[in-house]
Amino acid sequence: MTSEEIYRKLEPIIKTYLPEDISAKEINRSSDLTRELNINSAHLVDIILDIEDVFNIEFKNEDMEQLRNVNDAILLIQQKISI
Amino acid sequence: MKKRVVITGLGVVAPNGVGIPAFSEAIKKGISGIKFFPELRDLNFSCQLGAMPIISEEKKREYLSDLQLRNFNSSGILYGVIAGMDALKDAKIEVAKPEDEPLWDLGIIFGTGTSGIEKFREAIYRIDDKNVRRLGSTSVAQTMTSGVSAYLGGLIGAGNMVTANSSACATGTEALLMGYEHIVNGKAKYMLCGSTSDSGPYIWGGFDAMKVTTYKYNDSPGEVAGPMSAEASGFVPGSGAGAYLLESLESAQERGATIYAEILGGAVNNGGQRGGGSMSAPNSKAIQKCITDALKNSDVTGEEIDYINGHLTATIKDPDEIENWSIALNRNGDEFPYINSLKGMVGHCLAACGSIEIVSAILQLHEGFIFPNVNCENLHPEISYLIASEKIPTKFQKKSLQIIAKASFGFGDVNACAIFKKN
Repeated sequence: MTSEEIYRKLEPIIKTYLPEDISAKEINRSSDLTRELNINSAHLVDIILDIEDVFNIEFKNEDMEQLRNVNDAILLIQQKISI
Repeated sequence: MKKRVVITGLGVVAPNGVGIPAFSEAIKKGISGIKFFPELRDLNFSCQLGAMPIISEEKKREYLSDLQLRNFNSSGILYGVIAGMDALKDAKIEVAKPEDEPLWDLGIIFGTGTSGIEKFREAIYRIDDKNVRRLGSTSVAQTMTSGVSAYLGGLIGAGNMVTANSSACATGTEALLMGYEHIVNGKAKYMLCGSTSDSGPYIWGGFDAMKVTTYKYNDSPGEVAGPMSAEASGFVPGSGAGAYLLESLESAQERGATIYAEILGGAVNNGGQRGGGSMSAPNSKAIQKCITDALKNSDVTGEEIDYINGHLTATIKDPDEIENWSIALNRNGDEFPYINSLKGMVGHCLAACGSIEIVSAILQLHEGFIFPNVNCENLHPEISYLIASEKIPTKFQKKSLQIIAKASFGFGDVNACAIFKKN
């Protein structure tokens, strides 16, 4: 799966957790999920669970520590898919 | 100087009406929210009746965002949020905007028995399946007792004390009195108080097992013998939420707010599970003391009470409650005040009963009427021996009321009694 294909599936997942005052247009590959997109940090676990369901993969605790922005998520997903 | 406290907003999510206009009309007409639930039959419940508010998906979305409703499975929090936000709106108080400071003068005391029991069930299945990592982020918020006050606190931006009390069936009345004390002592200007209770078999099952619910009317939910009737054979479990916005009198007058009633005072006590009291049965002496203490704190005499909104559950304990009121007020026969119980229409809403019933009591006081005590054609003989039957109206009556009493009693031998005055 190319990073573009992953991004297209990832964007709607992230969009779900945006606070009301942040528009989906603000999502880009370098967006920091909690600092720039203002996603409540508690929702990072929900984003992970949704990604697991959509991509049929499973994350470890250590993986979650690496997740800061959209690109991190894409890289993590690519690694998991290729295993 | 003690502050005087008034009620300036009401909200309700009851099995026979969601929102004050629908609920008010339902209680005047004696409309019941009690229904047969096939699910309870399939689960082998003795009592297959229940009383549950009906909330459309559309209505949910008026109060909670799509994100908040994602994996949301807590009926009690939903009911509490709707009732609480309605009470705030009714009082014409604006929530804090996202960029504003919290409302430091507004607190919340909103209680429950158990929170999000359906969500808890989901979580337990996942955990036992060795899948705790799949619980998601909202299991805690939906199952903690303070879930309902926390959801409300966030929606409103409350900056004063935000907490949830829990005292079984006295929860709603206790919440009102705790909020009242907070304002009396000058610690807050506004207190949003109330209580809520989840719906469904997992909250109702324990009562079914105790045989305190009725098994006799599964085929005729419209005919369940009401509170104080000779045939009363147990309650129908209910659910919902009631809410009231309490405010200092001076603040209400400054704002020109609609004042539904003044809270004159009240009392909360415990029978200590002594003297006939137990986990599930009340100590009568404690009930009488709670009522007389409430009168004393409110600076009124038993003679001044025009109407009582009873706890009266349609169990064998109803005659005892009447006797306790009669002794505490030192009134009987024709001299006894009017009395009724909402439970014939909405069932026993457990942790939410006190708050839904307080809303019904305040509406009667404010508008001047007494709702019918339904399905009570044959008054229990021990009750008709104590008080005149016309004091328990079975039909709607217009009646100007000045001072009224509300009491709730619950498991753990808890008692709470509040006194209200028409403004």
